[in-house]
Amino acid sequence: MAELNYGLTESQIEIRDMVREFAETRVKPVRAELDEKEEFPRAILNELGKMDLMGLYIPSEYGGFGAESSLDFIIAIEELSRVCIGVSVSYAANALGADPILIGASDEQKKKYLPPLASGEKLAAFALTEPNAGSDAGGIQTTAVLKGDKYILNGTKQWITNGGEADTYTVMAVTDRNKGPRGVSCFIVEKGMPGFKFGKKENKLGIHASATRELIFEDAEVPKANIIGREGMGFILAMRTFDVSRPGIAAQGGGLAQGALDEVVNYARQRVQFGRPIIANQGYQWTLADMATEIEASRALLYSVCRTVDSGAKDYSKFSAMIKLYATDVAMKVTTNAVQLLGGYGYMKEYPVEKMMRDAKILQIYEGTNQIQRDVIGAALIKEYASAKK
Amino acid sequence: MALEIVSEKCSGCGLCIKACPFGALSLEMRDKVGKPHEKFKRIVMVDVSCNLCGACVPVCKFDAMKLDKGEPQKAAVTLSDYKNVWVYAEQRDGVIQDVSFELMSKGRELANQRGCELVAVLLGHNMKEKAQTLIEHGADKVLLVDHPALAQFDSDAYTDVFSELTRKHKPEMVIVGGTSVGRTFIPRVAIRVKTGLTADCTGLDIDEKEKLLLQTRPAFGGNIMATIICPNHRPQMATVRHKVFKKGKPDASRKGAVIEEVFDIKSGRSKVVEVVKEMQNEINVAEADIIVSGGRGLGGPEKFELIRELAKELGAAVGASRGAVDAGWISSFHQVGQTGKTVCPKLYIACGISGAIQHQVGMSSSGTIVAINKDPNAPIFDIADYGIVGDLNEVVPAFTKALREG
Amino acid sequence: MHVVVCIKQVPGTTKVAINPETNTLIRDGVEAIINPFDENALEAALALKDKTPGTKVTVVCMGPPQAENALREATARGADNVVLLCDRAFAGSDTWATSYALAQGIKALEKVDIIYCGKQAIDGDTAQVGPGVAEFLGWPVITYVRKLDVEGDTVKIERVFEDGFEKIEAPLPVVVTVVKEMNVPRMASLKGRMRAKKEQIKMLTAESAKADPNEVGLKGSPTRVVKIFTPPKKTSGQKWDGIGDPIHAAKTLVGKLKEQKLV
Repeated sequence: MAELNYGLTESQIEIRDMVREFAETRVKPVRAELDEKEEFPRAILNELGKMDLMGLYIPSEYGGFGAESSLDFIIAIEELSRVCIGVSVSYAANALGADPILIGASDEQKKKYLPPLASGEKLAAFALTEPNAGSDAGGIQTTAVLKGDKYILNGTKQWITNGGEADTYTVMAVTDRNKGPRGVSCFIVEKGMPGFKFGKKENKLGIHASATRELIFEDAEVPKANIIGREGMGFILAMRTFDVSRPGIAAQGGGLAQGALDEVVNYARQRVQFGRPIIANQGYQWTLADMATEIEASRALLYSVCRTVDSGAKDYSKFSAMIKLYATDVAMKVTTNAVQLLGGYGYMKEYPVEKMMRDAKILQIYEGTNQIQRDVIGAALIKEYASAKK
Repeated sequence: MALEIVSEKCSGCGLCIKACPFGALSLEMRDKVGKPHEKFKRIVMVDVSCNLCGACVPVCKFDAMKLDKGEPQKAAVTLSDYKNVWVYAEQRDGVIQDVSFELMSKGRELANQRGCELVAVLLGHNMKEKAQTLIEHGADKVLLVDHPALAQFDSDAYTDVFSELTRKHKPEMVIVGGTSVGRTFIPRVAIRVKTGLTADCTGLDIDEKEKLLLQTRPAFGGNIMATIICPNHRPQMATVRHKVFKKGKPDASRKGAVIEEVFDIKSGRSKVVEVVKEMQNEINVAEADIIVSGGRGLGGPEKFELIRELAKELGAAVGASRGAVDAGWISSFHQVGQTGKTVCPKLYIACGISGAIQHQVGMSSSGTIVAINKDPNAPIFDIADYGIVGDLNEVVPAFTKALREG
Repeated sequence: MHVVVCIKQVPGTTKVAINPETNTLIRDGVEAIINPFDENALEAALALKDKTPGTKVTVVCMGPPQAENALREATARGADNVVLLCDRAFAGSDTWATSYALAQGIKALEKVDIIYCGKQAIDGDTAQVGPGVAEFLGWPVITYVRKLDVEGDTVKIERVFEDGFEKIEAPLPVVVTVVKEMNVPRMASLKGRMRAKKEQIKMLTAESAKADPNEVGLKGSPTRVVKIFTPPKKTSGQKWDGIGDPIHAAKTLVGKLKEQKLV
């Protein structure tokens, strides 16, 4: 197939090819079953670990592959998402959990926590959302109080991806109620620490393979040494984590949309109605053309954002928000069209597009709803134009 | 030894390139004497992957391919010392396997053509009585080695005994069933007595002029057939799968000699500790002559009952497409296709299987393919010999009933 | 321990097709792959290495220079050494001469404990080379192996046969041929793939493998291919309508099958 020249490096091409093959041969055959049984793809993640893909973004001194570009990891997510985002979100959420450690942890903490994440031996999860702190992340109610050499955590985290399955959690908790967002701190909490429990597993519309759970802290004891950075750094860490992770959600959207397009085109070439393959209809082709164009545009924007991140740019929140917003809106639109274009078959579980459509919806919601992304972009525009006038 | 392209004759048509199974041929710009040249003409070049198989030679319309097979190999042994046709009579748990009887009838034909004796070779323990049935099936002689160490298959011991018998009696041809036993020890015998062995032949004939055994077998998944000879070494050895030849009717009036050979048998280096029979009642798809397979078109696990009934009526194995296995309707033991088993039964009946290429890879070399599918455009119909377009819920039971009514 | 895996590069049959007009093989886009059963053999060796640290895995392949790709894939998956037996003199080898050449190549390596082969190659389907190599080396061979454990200097094996399996014990050194159900071949790691790109492939010629020139290639092969042809074309498929009259369609089909003596 013709491809745009994105100037991919040798390792990026290698990653794309190997993950594509992996997704086709190892994920595709089981995706429907994982979805139906709501089964966590533990074996798949183990295998990704053995293939050095769990630690793509982790520097080699901490046991990772040490990819030079953020695009390496993005391509891996994209290719997995093409087949199943229930799997790819479990993969990407691992990085989301590890990001605060990568961004703000001490060398000692990194040495302790990153190598097992890089090898896939352990999984990570990121815990910010609470029943009363969704889009308004500043409304966190989970508290952490220092007592001797331990922080005592109390509260509940909600809708935590990889919750229960992960071993290492980066958890946001309030250490100083009076400072608002500046009073939030980030802790590394290990599964099994006293007082740290898991609540119910959520029943979701889509991404059934991923585990989504409550985390419950009841006088949970976390060693003082497990705070990332200083007290009060949590909110900044969370925002910086989102800056690097939002392109990952976009990669899920882009991959998912591509997978849906693949399904539709293959179907339409074979399905005969009124004596000819339905793809021969202009109306059908036009819809496919729009789908393909939007997918490619979303990929081009995504890759550009990654290059901007790689260039060392300090402020790219606006672009991260843009691509998260755009790619996931495209994914929703493309998968919805895919179901329509397959007609009755599209609505049936025998074909994968109904799952793709169910899965797509979450992309517009998690890691900042698309409304929040527009807020971020809007705020950036106001700020940029105001400073330009000076 | 080389394949040469006569550059003046080559037109650059490329027919040979398509015929080459090894991808050894390509078109390049050359001048008249075959030197690289920008403009002159495109001719075919051979690279090192050429296996000298000769598939290209007959397709060339310009007589431009010359296969030089080198100086003729000299006979490795005195060919005239070797006489008679041998069939290895395989016994398992004291029962002579059907494939051996099938080979007996073909062996009889070959022996008649060559005007020699048909000898059945039987290794086992307490097999004397059974040896008689081999005579009834056409053997002039039965060479029997009866020893406790041969009761169960022992690769080392069987190789030793069979090689010694071969060296002593010098058969002209040896035919062995392509079973897991035959395919294990016969290759070793062929190496040891230094002769050729052709696996899984589907045709055995005598070249009257050269007095050679013509051994025809499929290659590349049945896409091409090759006829193979063993001109200068003896015996000429071949394995043949189940059901390639037809078992004849026994003739109780036939007379023949059972000759017992005594060997000092060393039991082999590997020891069988335990034998576990896994499939008492189920027929293994890999070995079956007839397979009835079900796919996702069945719609649910309970519909495999229809498949099982038809299979039972035919004495067939039950197969499945990956779709049906992935859906959890049947165990992967039954799976046919790229990720499952490759099968080549005489008759393959695909019910509710669309025939994705991955499935075709596993079954397209079946003798006859029957497809039952409601979608007239399903790719399975492209490779099927017979097809019924219809609802398998109606067609399959009707099929079973038609068989029952005979 | 030192284990050897014999692999063959074969055309990926998924794409092999016959051109219906010329009745010839369509080779366009046919990629060469590692023979699938050999992938199971390689996986078995790598799994043994994972389980028994200090185990070294050497992969041996006989073939044209392009077969290097198969060996690079083996390196990417974790093979320690790869050797390509590559020489014009090997061209035209049948199973006898192939077994001989491989055995010679293996003799040129340091002491070997286990040789793993796939049960057969998907292009030739002979299943003869594994036992052949064993015979040339004078080692025992266990075919159709689905499970193997090393205990001291013996191997405990499960060997599949038509209707069950046998538990077998054999001394080292030993040759085994493995079946698909033995394992699921791993995929190469990223680091492995990057390393494999740079791997130096060790080449062995007939001479460097100390092979007798009269025993290799066409010269050393007792068998000869005298004719290659495409199988007689099947009569174009017949289709019956089972929607209107399933019973009639089924009866016609049964009639046809009886005519052909298939049922």
